[in-house]
Amino acid sequence: MSGPNTDYDPVEVTPLKAEHVEEMREAALAAIAAAADLDALKQVRLDHAGDRSPLALANREIGALPPQARKEAGQRVGQARGAVNQALAARQRVLEAEHEQRMLAEEAVDVTLPTTRHRRGGRHPITLQSELIADLFVAMGWEVAEGPVVEAEWLNFDALNLGPDHPARTMQDTFWTEPADHHVVLRTQTSPVQARTMLTRKPPIYVVCPGRVFRTDEYDATHSPMFHQVEGLVVDEGITMAHLKGTLDHFASQLFGDGITTRFRPSYFPFTEPSAEVDVRCFVCRGGEGQAACRTCRGEGWIEWGGCGVVNPRVLVACGVDPAVYSGFAFGMGIDRSFMFRHDLEDLRALFEGDVRFSSAFGTEI
Amino acid sequence: MKAPLSWILEHVDVPAGTTTEEITDRLTLTGLKLEAVESPGREITGPLVIGRVLTMKPEPQKNGKTINWCTVDVGDANGTGEPQGIVCGAHNFAPGDLVVTVLPGGVLPGGFEISARKTYGHVSAGMICSARELGLGDDHDGIIVLPEDAGKPGEDVRPVLGLDEETIELEINPDRAYALSIRGIAREVLVSVEGASGFRDPALRDTPPANPDGHPVLVEDPEGCPVFVARRVTGFDPSAPTPDHIVRRITAAGMRPISLAVDVTNYVMLETGRPIHGYDADKVQGALVVRRARPGERLTTLDGADRALDPGDLVVADDSGIIGLGGVMGGETTEMSGSTTSILVEAAHWDAVSMFRTGRRHKITSEAGKRNERGVDPTICEAAADRVVELLVEHGGAVADPGVTVVGTPPAMPTIQVAGDLAARVSGMEISAERSAECLRAVGCEVSGSGTLSVTPPPWRPDLTDAQDFSEEVIRLVGYDQVPSVLPTPPSGRGLTRAQQLRRRIGRTLAGEGYVEVVNFPFVGEADLDDLGLPADDPRRDLLRLSNPLSAEAAFMTSTLLPGLLRTAGKNVGHGTTDVAVFETATVTLPRHAGPAPILPVDRRPSDEELAALDAALPAQPLHLAVVATGDADAPGWWGGARQVGWADAVEAVRSAAAALGLEVEASAAALAPWHPGRCAELSVDGEVIGHAGEVHPVVCRAFGLPARSVAAEVDLDVLIDKAVHLRPAPSYSSYPVAKEDVALVVDTSVPAADVEAALRDGAGDLLESIRLFDVYTGDQVGEGRKSLAYALRFRASDRTLKEGEAAAARDAAVALAAERTGAVQRA
Ligand SMILES: [Zn+2]
Repeated sequence: MSGPNTDYDPVEVTPLKAEHVEEMREAALAAIAAAADLDALKQVRLDHAGDRSPLALANREIGALPPQARKEAGQRVGQARGAVNQALAARQRVLEAEHEQRMLAEEAVDVTLPTTRHRRGGRHPITLQSELIADLFVAMGWEVAEGPVVEAEWLNFDALNLGPDHPARTMQDTFWTEPADHHVVLRTQTSPVQARTMLTRKPPIYVVCPGRVFRTDEYDATHSPMFHQVEGLVVDEGITMAHLKGTLDHFASQLFGDGITTRFRPSYFPFTEPSAEVDVRCFVCRGGEGQAACRTCRGEGWIEWGGCGVVNPRVLVACGVDPAVYSGFAFGMGIDRSFMFRHDLEDLRALFEGDVRFSSAFGTEI
Repeated sequence: MKAPLSWILEHVDVPAGTTTEEITDRLTLTGLKLEAVESPGREITGPLVIGRVLTMKPEPQKNGKTINWCTVDVGDANGTGEPQGIVCGAHNFAPGDLVVTVLPGGVLPGGFEISARKTYGHVSAGMICSARELGLGDDHDGIIVLPEDAGKPGEDVRPVLGLDEETIELEINPDRAYALSIRGIAREVLVSVEGASGFRDPALRDTPPANPDGHPVLVEDPEGCPVFVARRVTGFDPSAPTPDHIVRRITAAGMRPISLAVDVTNYVMLETGRPIHGYDADKVQGALVVRRARPGERLTTLDGADRALDPGDLVVADDSGIIGLGGVMGGETTEMSGSTTSILVEAAHWDAVSMFRTGRRHKITSEAGKRNERGVDPTICEAAADRVVELLVEHGGAVADPGVTVVGTPPAMPTIQVAGDLAARVSGMEISAERSAECLRAVGCEVSGSGTLSVTPPPWRPDLTDAQDFSEEVIRLVGYDQVPSVLPTPPSGRGLTRAQQLRRRIGRTLAGEGYVEVVNFPFVGEADLDDLGLPADDPRRDLLRLSNPLSAEAAFMTSTLLPGLLRTAGKNVGHGTTDVAVFETATVTLPRHAGPAPILPVDRRPSDEELAALDAALPAQPLHLAVVATGDADAPGWWGGARQVGWADAVEAVRSAAAALGLEVEASAAALAPWHPGRCAELSVDGEVIGHAGEVHPVVCRAFGLPARSVAAEVDLDVLIDKAVHLRPAPSYSSYPVAKEDVALVVDTSVPAADVEAALRDGAGDLLESIRLFDVYTGDQVGEGRKSLAYALRFRASDRTLKEGEAAAARDAAVALAAERTGAVQRA
C-alpha cells in the first residue's frame, strides 16, 4: 500500500469521480442480478466486492486525496459498496432459497415403500383380556389377588365347602399329583385364591383373581385341559345379592358395551348359596330383532357367562371370617370363553397353538 | 333329565292355553334350566292322517318288484271324501287295516315333500308310512298298522303315535335330586308356573301294610340302608310286551326299552325318583341280607364286570353270597331274563355318601346311582314298590304276592331355625318373614314361628340343611329377576401391586422388541428334556408327576418353559413362518419333596402353623420368562440386507426386559443345555444369577424342528421383579465440555470383553463419563488367537473444563490397568 500522496490532484484521480463510482456500482448490481446460482454469485462477489474489485481499489485511493476531498469521495464509495453488499446479501438469500427448494424437490422419496424392517411383536390376547378385566375392577377400587397353580387339595376343595364326598367334586375333573396321598392338585378353579385372600386378610375384601386353571378335559374346539378363569370376591358388612347383580351388570357393560346387563338363574355351587348362573345379554343382537338369526347367542338373546352367588357361610367359617358380621359374594367367568364370544373365535385351540399369526393379530391392545 | 311334557301334566294342571315355552321359561328362572325341547314329530308338517285300506292290488313290475295299487279311505282329509289312490311297495298290511297316510302337501323328516306323482303307471296321491319314514326309529321298514281303536279315517294321526309329544330336557343341579323325577318336576311346575294347581303326587298311594309273609330281609347296616321294602309277583308273562306309552315315555326320557319287567322299574324310577331293583325271584336263595362287603369278596355285576368289593361297599347278599351292589347295580346271578316268571321287587333307601363312594370306586354311573348318591325321598319306598307291582300285574299278567316286607323307617327330617329376615338380608330385596314362610311352604316345608322360623324340610329335600339353603329357596321363588342391581362401594384400593405392574411392563417391552407372546400347556415328558439335551443330573429333571395325565408322554409339570416354547417356535417354522420370535411368561414347578399337605378342618380357621404346612407341601412355582427366536431379526428390504438372529438377541431380550425395570444384566460365559456350549451366557443382576441366554445347541435345534442358530433365553422373573429399581434418585450431569478418547486394545480371544471394559473403567477413574465398545476385530493384523477391541471413551468433570492432557492421562491410566489385568496391548 502506498503512503499519502500529498500533492495529488483530485481531478486527476479518475476512479473517484462521481460518474465513475456510479458506473462501478451499476456494473456490480447488474452482475449480482444476473448471477443465476450460488456459484455464479460467489464469482460476482469476488469480482465486485472482493479485495481486488474496482470499488475496493477505488476505496484505497481515498487516502491519496487531499483531506478536503476525502469526505465526499469516502461517502460516495462507501454508499456504493454498501449498496453492492446489500444486493449481494439479498441475492444470496434468494438463491439459497431457490437452491434449497430444488434440493428438497430432488430429494423426494417414494413414501409408499415398505418401512417394516423390524419384526412386530404382540401380546397374547388372553393376557390382554385378563388385564382389561383386572383394570375394570381396579378402577372400582378392587385389587388383583394371585395364588399358586399347583395347590393344596384343602384349599381347592375342602375350604370351599367341597368335602371329600361332595358329589360336585366329580363335576370338576381334577389333575392330581404324585404321590397321591400328598393331597396336592392342579387347581380346578381360581377359588383357592379367594380362600387364601380371606385367610390372610381382614375384610373388607374386594378382589378379582384371573388365572390359569386345569381340568382333565380332552383337548377339542371347546375344551382344554388348561384354561383361564377370572373370579371375584367381596366380603364386607351388609353385602347382598343386589351388590352381586350391580357388580356383574357393571362388569358386563364395561366388557361388552353400554346397556349390556346380566340375568341370574338359580344354580348350584358348593362355594355359594344362593347360587346363580349368569347370562349376559347378547351384545350383538341385544335380544332384539336380529335374535333369531344371531350366531353369537345362537338365537337365545342371552349368552351363558359364568356362575356366582352369595358366599356360603360355611366357607366364611373355614376361612376365618365371622358370618355373623360379614357376608360376601363371589363370581367366576371363563376368560377364554368370554374372549371367544367377544371376538367371534370358533375354536378354543387357537389360543394355545402358539401360532404367531394369531397373537400378532391383536398387537398389544384388544 | 328328559321329561315328556304330557307325563308331567298328568300330575299337575296349568291354566288352559299355557304354552310349553311359558312353562320352560318359568322352570328356567326358578332353577331347572331348559336344555332342549324335543318332539318326534317336530319335522313333520301337513296332513298326516288315519287311513283305512279299501283295496289293494298287487302289480308285478319288470324290475322284479311287486307294488301294491291301493285305495285308501282318508275321510274328508283330502277335501273330496273320495278314496285316495296310493302306490305302496310294502306288503305287511291288508285291506281293512288302519294305516298312517300322508297326503300331498305333507312334509316328512328330512324335508321329504309329498306330492301327487305318476309312478308305476298310476297317479300316487300320498304315501302309506313306515316308522322309519316318520323318524320313529329305523329298525324296520314295515308299514305301521294301527290298532282298530286308533280312530276314524281322516283324523290326525299324530296324537295316536305320540308324534305331538314334547319332551323337555332340563339341567338338574346336584342339590336338586328330587327334580330327577316327573314327581319333582311336576312339583316345580306347581310352584313356578303362574296359576298351576292340582298337584297329584305319583308317590301318594294306598299301599298294603307290612306283614310277616313277605320275602325275608335282614338289614345288618341300618345306617347304610335305613329302609328296605320287598314285594313279589308270580305268574309273570316274560313275553308280555311293554305297552307303547311306557316305551315311548322311557325312550323319550333317554332310556332304552329292554323288557316289560325292566321297563316298568325304570318307568317308576322316572316317575317317582326312587330307583327300583328287580330280582328273578326264583334265582334268589333264602333271605336277603344288607351289609357291607367283606375284604376279598367279589361280584359280577349286570354289566358283566367282575368287581373286587371294598369293605365300604353296601351289598345285598343271599345264601349264595353277594347278589348286588346295593343301590348301584345288581348282580348277574339273579338277573331277570326272558324266562323270569317271579319277580322280587326291591325299593330301598341307601346312604347317599356310600352310594357316591361305591359309584366312584367302581366307576359305575347309572340312572339309579345318580339318584341314590344325590338323595332320594326315603318315605316313598313302599309306594314305588307298590306301583311297580301294579304295573307288572296290569301289563304282565302277574299276580301280586300278598307278602309285604318293610324293614326300617325313614329318618326324620331335622327342624332348622331360620331368621325371618334372612332372605331379605341375603338378597337385598324386601322379603318379609311371612313371604318367606309362604315360599317355604310352597316347596313342601313345614314352617312355624314368625320372627324366627322353625322349618322342617320335606323328605324329598335332603339338600336343605342350613339356614342359607332355605333363603335360597325363598329367593328363587320370589325370583332372581327381582334382585335389584346395586354397585357396592369398596374402600379405596391399592391398585395393581408393583409386581403386577412390572409383569405387564415386561410383556409390553418384549412385544415392543418384536416378540410375540404365546401360552403353552405346562405339561412335559422326559423325552422333552432329552430333546433339550439335559444331562441326567440336571436339576430341571426333577419334575412333579401327575397321577392322571391326559397323555403318558406329558405326565409332568414342567420345570422349564423352553421345551414348550422351542416346540411352538418349531411349529411356526413348520407352518412356513420362518422368522419367529416368541416369548412366554408362566410359572414353572420345582418340587420341594416336602411332606403331604394336610387336610385341615373346615369348622374353624386353620392356625397359621397349619396354613404354613399347606404351603410347605407345595412345590416352588417361580415365574419364568423365556424367549426363542429364529430366522431374520431384521428383514431384508430396500434399506439393505437381512440381519439374522444371533445369540446376542437372546441376551438383549433379557436386557430389555431388565432395563424396563431399571436393572442392568451382566453376562458371563457358561455352558448349559440346551445352549451351544460356546455361545451361552449366564445372566445375573446384582451378582444373583437370573438365568441363561444364547444360541441353542444345533442338536437341540434339530430336535425341535428349528434351523441352526436359533436362540433362546430363560430367566426367573420373580428375582428380576424383586430387584426392580424403585425410587431412583434423579441424575446430575455436567455441562462442561466433553473430551473424547478412542483406544484399541489387543487381547487373547479368550479374554471376555466385559473384563477389559471393567479394567478400563476402573483405571480411567472418576473423570470417565462413558465407555462404548464400537468395534471387535480379529484377523491378520492382530494375529492368531488375538482380538482387537476398540473403545470410545468420553471424559468430563462435573465442576470444570478438563485441562490439556487430563483426559489423555486418564486414558493412559485406563489402558495401563487393562494391560495389567487382561494383558491388553494398545494397538498402534
Ligand atoms: Zn345374539
